[in-house]
Amino acid sequence: MTSIEMGQPPVQEDQPSLLHRSTDAVLRRLRLAESLTAYALAGPGVVLLLTLYILPVAGVLFIAFTDWQFGAKTLSFVGLRNFAELFADSEFRKVLANTAVYTLIVVPGTIVLSLAVALVIESGQTMRAFYRAVHFLPYMATLAAMAITWEALLHPTVGLLNQLMTAAGLPTANWLRDERTVLPILAVIGIWQNLGFAMVLILAGLAAIPRDLYDAADVDGIDVWFERLRLITLPMLGPVLMFVVIVVTLHALKVFDTVQVLTQGGPNHASDVLLYTLYRESFQYLRTGYGAAVTVVFLVIVMALTLIQARIMDRKVHYQ
Amino acid sequence: MSGHGLVLRNICKKFGSTNVIRNLSLNVIPGEFLTLLGPSGCGKSTLLRIIAGLELQDEGSIAIGGREVDGLRPKLRDVAMVFQSYALYPHMSVAKNLAIPLLMRRLCAWQRIPVFGALLPGTASRKSEIIEEVARVAKSIGISHLLDRKPRQLSGGQRQRVAVGRAMVRHPAVFLMDEPLSNLDAKLRVQMRAEIKELHQRLGVTFIYVTHDQVEAMTLSDRVAVMLDGELVQVAPPQEIYANPHDRRVAEFVGSPKINMIDVNVCGGRLAEIGGQVLPSELTIGQGTLTVGIRPEAFHLASSGEPNSISAAVRLVEHMGSDLFLHLDLTGVPDPIIARLPAASGHIAPGNRLHLRIRTEQLLLFSENGQRLKQQASVTPLREYAR
Amino acid sequence: MKHCRLSFRTLGRHGFLAITTAFVIVPFIWMVSLSLKPPEEIFQASFSLLPQSWHATQNYIRAMTASPLPRFMLNGVFICAVIVVFQILICAPIAYALAKLRFPGRHVFFNLVLVSLLIPSQVLALPLFILAYQLGLLNTYAALVFPFVVSPLGIFLFRQFFNTISDDIVHAARLDGMSEFTIVWRIMLPMAVPALIAFSIFSVVGHWNDLFWPLIAVRSQELMPPPLGLMAFKNEDTGIDYGPLMAGSTIVVAPLVLVFLLAQRWFIEGLTSGGIK
Repeated sequence: MTSIEMGQPPVQEDQPSLLHRSTDAVLRRLRLAESLTAYALAGPGVVLLLTLYILPVAGVLFIAFTDWQFGAKTLSFVGLRNFAELFADSEFRKVLANTAVYTLIVVPGTIVLSLAVALVIESGQTMRAFYRAVHFLPYMATLAAMAITWEALLHPTVGLLNQLMTAAGLPTANWLRDERTVLPILAVIGIWQNLGFAMVLILAGLAAIPRDLYDAADVDGIDVWFERLRLITLPMLGPVLMFVVIVVTLHALKVFDTVQVLTQGGPNHASDVLLYTLYRESFQYLRTGYGAAVTVVFLVIVMALTLIQARIMDRKVHYQ
Repeated sequence: MSGHGLVLRNICKKFGSTNVIRNLSLNVIPGEFLTLLGPSGCGKSTLLRIIAGLELQDEGSIAIGGREVDGLRPKLRDVAMVFQSYALYPHMSVAKNLAIPLLMRRLCAWQRIPVFGALLPGTASRKSEIIEEVARVAKSIGISHLLDRKPRQLSGGQRQRVAVGRAMVRHPAVFLMDEPLSNLDAKLRVQMRAEIKELHQRLGVTFIYVTHDQVEAMTLSDRVAVMLDGELVQVAPPQEIYANPHDRRVAEFVGSPKINMIDVNVCGGRLAEIGGQVLPSELTIGQGTLTVGIRPEAFHLASSGEPNSISAAVRLVEHMGSDLFLHLDLTGVPDPIIARLPAASGHIAPGNRLHLRIRTEQLLLFSENGQRLKQQASVTPLREYAR
Repeated sequence: MKHCRLSFRTLGRHGFLAITTAFVIVPFIWMVSLSLKPPEEIFQASFSLLPQSWHATQNYIRAMTASPLPRFMLNGVFICAVIVVFQILICAPIAYALAKLRFPGRHVFFNLVLVSLLIPSQVLALPLFILAYQLGLLNTYAALVFPFVVSPLGIFLFRQFFNTISDDIVHAARLDGMSEFTIVWRIMLPMAVPALIAFSIFSVVGHWNDLFWPLIAVRSQELMPPPLGLMAFKNEDTGIDYGPLMAGSTIVVAPLVLVFLLAQRWFIEGLTSGGIK
């Protein structure tokens, strides 16, 4: 803007209309130039977002309503038939149930444990950075590789877990081949992986609670730890906790690597989850229409949660 | 209702290797309004936190109302505190904020448990008592209409009132206030200052008020305790702090514009000269330098020929409405001095030469180490010495 | 008395954290421990942390030679590097345009970014697989890279950061005669280094660890990134000779863990800012 003012001809009082016209022209030219630059800068990104995000989603929605098979030359609309087939399929209902169970173990488990770890780390001064770093480690380690390690840990004969169980006189199990234990065990690995991530967010939330509030609480007589927790810490942490719940839920719904490496959905579909089904139907069995329908179901669930999260983020400002 | 006195004996506090409070003793009279005044970092807030029990002293002891409170938790000390940030619980309504101190004191731990506690005998009746009391306090400070709101929906002044209300509600023997007005704009600050003063008069309990603002200290206090570098330099009523400071640092900290400090030489135990005038007299110092402090309002206009007058060149004139602040050059004095004259002193412009008289009883003498010299200075005309 | 209570509390704190630390770290320790042991010790009923006879060299050599593990690692480095470079090249200019320029369609563009941000990458797998097939890209390096060349999260984070940079700096640069392109690369990006590092860490960690898309996009071993390669190694290595497998896992996990220990704060910041997704 400064450059425009500097470029103006000196004001001449007897020619106001001429001046306006020429200024308008200059301004218009500059605006056009700015717009063209902007399009040049944003162009590649916008085109790629359209081709790699928006159009593919439209494509999936389209395919989900057709009978198209990968490689086929023709297709026809079948309306909701793919979805009808999906929800009539007892296997898919089991997949949804498995995913729900997995999520319902991982989310509360992760939240409670990470909250406890964060509060305990915060309650003292020593070794904070060490504990924080160690607990964060699983979140960034290659999950496919760590899953192989978990397999060794859970191995029915040479695994550490069964050796410990035997030593303690407890019954052992073939954890990953037993229909009853496989999903809870995968959920424990899920908690193991997400714990550090949730902890870091909660630690940030704890650090944002004003110190004064605890002082005021002290003077007012809120001086037992569980009452501080109930009356100050947890309410002040509320928005952060809501946020963490949603994000960890999204992570849990996207569980794939451990299932692929450890169980391939078995035994007898006991660990079949949404994303694994999506992968298997779409890319192994090449049942494209069915796979697209699974994808749409997955998308709807994730989108709904993300929108709730965005809503919460909007109202996140709690204090002043 | 009357407040408790407070006795601090030999309080010491270190943070790491820095001495924040050094061997500090203070006696607070029951019912008085005492201000801890000092620049930021002088340890005044730490002292307040030690009194409240939020911080533990390294050495020394505290008694409130004759009772030693050193090992006691803040809750048991019978003090209430208003914080600089107000520290209102943002997730609770104003009513709940006010009720919390009472809930925590009057309900036992079982009764405080949500849902379950409500089923216990006595909980309901105590709660309704508390609600009544909260309503009464809210009414007395004019926030009845705000009880259902959350702190974030309140203006700065309203939050301040709620913070005061939360302190009032349980009738503490001592009120502690940590710079409660510093987050308000200038206009609101004046109004809230008056309200706090009124509150003190109404309640009659002991107030300990921390501030770095000398105007607040002067207007509110019965006594001001000036604190510098972790030590109390002087504890006295405001007028005395101003008129009779014990220490050069106190004289310089209190008063606006700042007091003029002029180094003078004492020759032969008698003579010192400022702007062509000779200062006294009965000083016991034989030889050396001392500092003369002259408050800006100690200067008065004199006519040109008047005896005892000094002459000064005007550098700068600041019109303050009721007063004029003049920046003056005095012969033999390196830094400009500031004089405060009534606005009706006539037209004065930079470059003018003025003749001024100094009110001798307002001169303050300080030794080289900053100690106040109690001898009264008097200005004696030069020619009398010549005789 | 008070001292006693304090130390009891400290003890409780470290005790609790020792348990959770054990839960978190045992898989890592077990992985390294097994990678040092000969098969007969692995199959012993009793367990010890360190092997009686060291078998580390054999295990690690076998991991590096029995499968093209060095090739997997190089693939991983190459893929991650190409992805990050593309993401920055494409995201920075559009982020600058959205943050600092006024033009018709700005809000549409920004909403486009926000909508893309909502879409999980797994949803895109099927259509992108079909697209790659149509273009003949399947089973090439290009297939591993192309879905990720633009990152809505990158655009979003850069825009956020550019917004915090004062407009005056842009004006000053214009008065100094810089073109808008020069401003992006010479002024804005160097100032946005913290955001750049955080985003790069997020991107590299994500793609180094990604199993889902490589599983779909490539079949031949010489194109596989580390996680997929490790899986192939595991599957062909029938029986449970855990020694070399754990050695391979250690090699794959180690680079990120080591860099993480050196630059913890950046990692935590980067991964949590991206974890919003």
